[in-house]
This record gives sequence, C-alpha cells and structure tokens, in this order.
Amino acid sequence: MADLSYSFAGIKTPNPFWLASAPPTDKEYNVVRAFEAGWGGVVWKTLGEDPPVVNVSSRYGAVNYNGQRMMGFNNIELITDRPLQINLDEITRVKKDWPDRAVIVSLMVPCEEEPWRDILKKVEDTGADGVELNFGCPHGMSERGMGSAVGQVPDYVQMVTEWCKKHTEMPVIVKLTPNITDVRQSARAAVRGGADAVSLINTINSIVNIDLDVMAPTPTVDGKGAHGGYCGPAVKPIALNMVAEIARDPECKDILISGIGGISDWRDAAEFISLGCGTVQVCTAAMHYGFKIVDDMNTGLSNWMDSKGYNVIDDFRGLATPNVTDWNQLNMNYDIKARINQDLCIKCGLCHISCEDTSHQAITASRINGERRYEVVDKECVGCNLCMLACPVDNCITMEQMDNGKPYMNWNEDPRNPFSTAAE
Amino acid sequence: MSDIAFGRLSEDELEENFADMYPPLDAKTAGIEASRCYFCYDAPCIEACPTGINIPNFIRKIATANYRGSAIDILDENVMGGACARVCPTEVLCEEACVRTAQEGKPVTIGKLQRFATDWLMETGEQPYSQGAPTGKKVAIVGAGPAGLAAAHRLSQQGHDCEVFEAMPKSGGLNEYGIAAYKVPDNFAQKEVDFILGVGGITVHNGKKLGTDVHLADLRKDFDAVFIGSGLGSVQALGLDGEHLDGLHNAVDFISDVRQTGNMAELPVGRRVVVIGGGSTAIDIAVKKKKLGAEDVTLVYRRGPSDMSATSVEQKFAQNNNVRIKHWMQPKAIKTEGDRVTGVEFEYTRLDENGRLFGTGETVIVEADMVFKAIGQVFIPDPVRHEASALELNNAKIVVDENYATSLDGVFAGGDCIDGNIGLTVAAVQDGKLAAAAIGSYLADK
Repeated sequence: MADLSYSFAGIKTPNPFWLASAPPTDKEYNVVRAFEAGWGGVVWKTLGEDPPVVNVSSRYGAVNYNGQRMMGFNNIELITDRPLQINLDEITRVKKDWPDRAVIVSLMVPCEEEPWRDILKKVEDTGADGVELNFGCPHGMSERGMGSAVGQVPDYVQMVTEWCKKHTEMPVIVKLTPNITDVRQSARAAVRGGADAVSLINTINSIVNIDLDVMAPTPTVDGKGAHGGYCGPAVKPIALNMVAEIARDPECKDILISGIGGISDWRDAAEFISLGCGTVQVCTAAMHYGFKIVDDMNTGLSNWMDSKGYNVIDDFRGLATPNVTDWNQLNMNYDIKARINQDLCIKCGLCHISCEDTSHQAITASRINGERRYEVVDKECVGCNLCMLACPVDNCITMEQMDNGKPYMNWNEDPRNPFSTAAE
Repeated sequence: MSDIAFGRLSEDELEENFADMYPPLDAKTAGIEASRCYFCYDAPCIEACPTGINIPNFIRKIATANYRGSAIDILDENVMGGACARVCPTEVLCEEACVRTAQEGKPVTIGKLQRFATDWLMETGEQPYSQGAPTGKKVAIVGAGPAGLAAAHRLSQQGHDCEVFEAMPKSGGLNEYGIAAYKVPDNFAQKEVDFILGVGGITVHNGKKLGTDVHLADLRKDFDAVFIGSGLGSVQALGLDGEHLDGLHNAVDFISDVRQTGNMAELPVGRRVVVIGGGSTAIDIAVKKKKLGAEDVTLVYRRGPSDMSATSVEQKFAQNNNVRIKHWMQPKAIKTEGDRVTGVEFEYTRLDENGRLFGTGETVIVEADMVFKAIGQVFIPDPVRHEASALELNNAKIVVDENYATSLDGVFAGGDCIDGNIGLTVAAVQDGKLAAAAIGSYLADK
C-alpha cells in the first residue's frame, strides 16, 4: 500500500491532506474533529493582532449549477474573530495532543517588522510546525492594508518574508493571491525573501450572484453586499494554471508548493501533486460535506497510487509539470479527427448542433430510413474536441490521431508563421 | 353464491387508495429532473408527441425557473397539457423516445415535468389566452371532450364564436367520465375545462345530445361551420348470451360512476371480480376494483402481454396493485345462477402457424361476483346517419380528409369518432387543434 506521508519543508504530515486556513480551522473543537476524521494537517485560521476583528452576519454566497450546490462558493469573513491568546492556547493543546499531525498557523498583521516579530515568537511558543503568511485575503483586510494588499505588491511580499525568516526558525509558507496578472511575480518575490514554500491560490475577488429582488450582491448584509473571496470546485482550473506557472518557472527554483483551490476529492489532489505540490489544502468541500470526506481522499489516493505503482508522493509529484508548455511549443503537425461510435450513439444530436452552430460544420445530420444519423466530415473536422465534450455518452465520440507521416514542428518552425525560423 | 357489497373499505382507506397516483414534483426536484434533459437537437421526444410540443424547450425553462415560459410552450401546442401530463402513456410516447431511455433506460420524466409547469400556471390563476378580434363567424362544436374543447379554444383565438353541444351534464368528455380517478384527482378535469373556457367566446350547452336535442342539419344551417368531436358512444358486445345479467357491467360506465360519485363507499364491489379486455380501460377498472376493496381481481386477455394495448408500465401498475393478469384465454360463456353472474367460462387460446388466434377447446371457469367488459367502445353513427345528408363512414367511424373535413361541406370532425384516431386524449387534442386551423382557412375562404 502506498505511503501517503510527506515531509513538507520539514513539516511531517501523515498524508498530504490539510485543511486550509478558514472557518473549519478556527477553533480547537473543529480541528480536533478534523484530526479524528483523519486529516493530515491544518492551517489554523489566520491570527492577527488584538483586538480581534468583528465579522458581519450573512457571510457566505454560493453558485449552484444544475441542482448541484456550491459549485462555487464565496465568503466575506475576515480573519479569526477570537482573542489571540485563546487561539494560541488552543494551538498549544492541539499540537501537544496530536503530535503526528501538521499544525501550521496562518498569520496576518500590519505591514511592519515589529508586529510580525512579536506574533512569530508567540506562535513559536505553541509548538506549531510552521507559519503561513496570509498575503491573499481579498476582502476586508485588504482595505486595512493587509492580506492581498500586501500580496499584490511583490516588494512587500519579499520584505515581509525576509522579516519572518529573520525572526523565526519555523518553516515559512507564503500564501499567494490570485488577484494579480502574473502570479510568478509574487512567487518569485517569496523565493527571493527566502520562503520555504508557497501555497496557492487564495480566494478570487468575486460577486457570486445578484439577488434580483433585492438588487444587491449575495451574501447580502442589510441590503448591501461586498465582493468576497471565491473558491470551491469552480476555481480549480484557475488554481491548477497558477500552480503550473510557478512549478515551471526557473526563477522559482523548484519551490515547494501547497496546492489550494477547489480540491474536493483524491483525484483533484493527485492533479495538483502531479504539478509539483507536496501537500494540498481543502476548505469548501469540507464546509459542504463535513470532515469525513478525507476518508475517500486518503483511500482514493492510496488505491490510485497502488494501481499506478507509485509508492510515495514524490514518485509522481511534478510528473505533469514538464508537459505544461507554451503554446508555441505545441506540435503543429499533430492531427486528430472525431470518430462517432454509432453503436453507442443515442441520437441526441448535440455533436451536430454544437459543431454546426458554433464551430466547423463538420458533423452532418441525416435520416436513414427515418433513423437519425450523425457523421463526421473529415475534411471539415479540425480536431477541436467540442463534439466529444458535448456528447453525453462516455467514449461515444473519441478523437483519433491521423497518421500524416509529418514530424514534430512547432509554431516557431512553421513556415505559415511569418516570424518563424523556417520562414527566414 | 354471489357476494357484492358496499363500503368494503373504510373512508380513510378509500381516501388513501384514490389519492394522486404519482405525487407532483416540487420546484427543487423538478429543477434537478429538468437538468437531466440533454436539450437534444432534432429531439426524438418532440416527434413522439402527438401534439408536437417542443419538449426540450419547455424543460429547459423549468431548469431556469422560467415556469411561465415553460407552461406557455406546452399549452400553445396542447391546451390540455395538464390532463395529458397525467394520463398520456408517456412510456410509449415522449419518454420512450427520450435519448436517455436508449442510454440508460431512465428517460427524463417528461410527463411529470409537464404537469409541474402546467400546474404552476394554472395555480397562478392567470388566463394567458383571449379571444381574437371578432370575425362574426359562428362555429358549432359537437362534444365538449378533448377534441371539441381544443378546437373551440383555437377557434376562439381566431375570433370566431363557438357554441359547444355536449350530451353529458359536465364538460370534459372522457377526461371527466372515462379516466381513472387516481390519475386526475382533485376535480382536475373541471378545473381544466374552466381554464380552457376562460379564453372567452365559447358557450357550452350541456345535456344537448346530437340526434336527440340538436340535429346536424340544423347546425349546418345555423352556423358557419360544424366540428364533430363526439367520441365513441357504446361499448362493444362480447357476443355471448347473458350480456344483460346482473353483475355484468361495462367498464366505462363503472369508471364514470367512480368519477361522479361523492362517496366511494356507495359503490358496489364484488368479492371476486373478472375484467375482460387488454387496454387502459381494462387496467383502470381492475385497479379501481382492488382499490375499492375487492378481494380477487382477475384481468383476462385473449392474447399475450405484448399484444395488450395497455403499456407494459400499465400492466405492471395493475400487477403491483395485486391484479392478477391471465393471458391467452377468451370468454366462452357467462356462468349464472338465476339472474346472477357467478363466473365466466374461458377457453384457452393459441396462435396457429399463420399467427391467427384459435381456441384450443380446453376451458376453465373463473368464479366472479362481478364481470366487467372492457373490450373497446364503438362509434354510434345513428345521430349523424339519420340526417338527410349522411356522413361517409369507414370502420364505422367518420371519414375525414387531411384537413379534418368530412364528406359534408362545412362539417369537420376529430377525436375518437374519426377513422384512424388512436384513442388517446393527446391525439384528440391534436385533431381539434389542427381541425380548428382548417376550419379557420375554410371560414376565411367562405
């Protein structure tokens, strides 16, 4: 059976599944329940300076899709609203009671060296395994010059990271905001500052819905709403891309990554790990279904690793990273065509209408003795995958590679490219 | 000894037995079910619907909570969309054609979704239809059943005035008198009639029977056009002695009694019941008898399960209600004691090598206190044949052309009384709808 344990920047964890810094990790009570359920670690909900913040009532909003709840989720909560000492005491107890689990403490204090130095000392005294610098929170705290207000300025990221490395021996994880144009800039700043790891993504600026009766965003606080942090399954593609950008960036020098963003099951986790993540962090899925989902994550990942012959996380960690490339490195001579398995076809016609209305008119619709029939016109098919994606039947439409005998040729080499090397 | 009794079950038991056969969907479950629809291109379900409702379109509108838009999509094509949602054999129509049936044997429950949308609109109390600009033309309609009301609804929207002559005291036709009570509870048929008449411009004369109270020749004289949607009038005979005995009944009469009674406990129920026939009516009467407290109900059909016009879903429904179905037996004689029915002698049947049914000579007696004939209804042509100018008939039904025109100028017909109709509510509605369009053209040219 696969060994799921991992040493992340020196932080030992029995499995790669951590709960992200969020409501599920705000109190000893919750964290103990999570550890009882089998989570490998937690990132304690962000601590700040006293007096603690005050939260509003009505805090979460959601995007439901086709009857599925919480495809996307957002919140306008701030950092922990409990006194600092209570949190510190609880962290101390939890770490003492659960020595084999990873306890990382998320921090956010004003952008000055002294507050960071002070709080780091206090956290060190709890016995916690590491700290995560919250440079991501996009709402509320950013208006006070913290959270993403820091994360959006690479120089600040580097500066605060340097302070933290100077004032603590604990591993420092820098949590990055996705609310930027190029996540590599802030990742590189963290690396320059000496970060042991980065974690991403934090939540995305969002308005999940407008309540058309109230004419205000949800969650609605007395008729008004503010933008909140977006997360949940809907953000996973954005997170994967940002993780990949950092994973393959030479300037990030193979920095360790803790992946966050819509991770709901073992497969999502495996995808993040395949892009180089050593641990993953989960929040929305737990907030939707409770902590017991970790059982499927643990057994699912383990069973999959066994089926692939991977013994430890590092056996497949980062295997997909080299295959993430720039568009101009893709093979222009690669040619695929859609193939419809007529025996599996249920005659919904979605392949035809999607191609006919919105793509390349490469699937004909006809009747043969009254029977509907949909067929690919190879000459028109550009191999875009749309029909395969629209088809509701698994494996009914597949994309078949054409043997055109042509060698690999990327866009830079393509004579059709006015700036190609071949055109010179 | 015959055993027919009243009130075999308590009031509570009867109420439970005659409650809605399938409870309606709520908004949440309707939304989830609607999202199962693939929104097919050239959707097979549309083709399978006799009224050609754009099913994927109305279902998508349920998914987006555009319930009004959904209901209008349905009612524009089928103003009895509410009744059809309840009584259509969807398992052999739209739901059989649903691509999910081919994919996984579980179609989108189109009938239930249609009911959700149409119920939603009717509950708002909104009347989305109104009479068109007056044309001054008058159309007589014979029969206030699905065909007649559908025709009247369309003709009114074209601006014509309609007068409907209905033999029965209530309107609705078989929706009111012929469909099992558990399919259309809560007086739905009358609510739907009111909704249809709400378009305006339609006057219904109940208790006016063609051939007795009104005459085709007069209608032709007094109106600009006539539509006959009078349905079928009489039940076929078994061709056996003793058809007028106590204990031998027509299924349709009894179904009507159940629908019209204010108190189920007043209906006579045999301890042992035999139903002869293989269609929806046979199923309805057999299930009703069980629900009313009969101990043994046996449905006998002369051929096999796949030959029954009742769908496999209907057959299973009967069996789930503890109706015993016996195939390959045909009635040979009614057994009696004095004037009372005591049972039916059946002869076993088989097919010969040419596929023709024959009796094997072996017989069996199924004891019964009540026997119901549910072997189909016939059109009674007398009211129209007695007119000076007779209508052309075929297979003892009225012949119409592709425009629903009969052999008489200005007389149109549709529904169960015309040759070739398949005998479903939804088909009758379609006839009425298309005939109204044809009548509209006829009146425009007149």
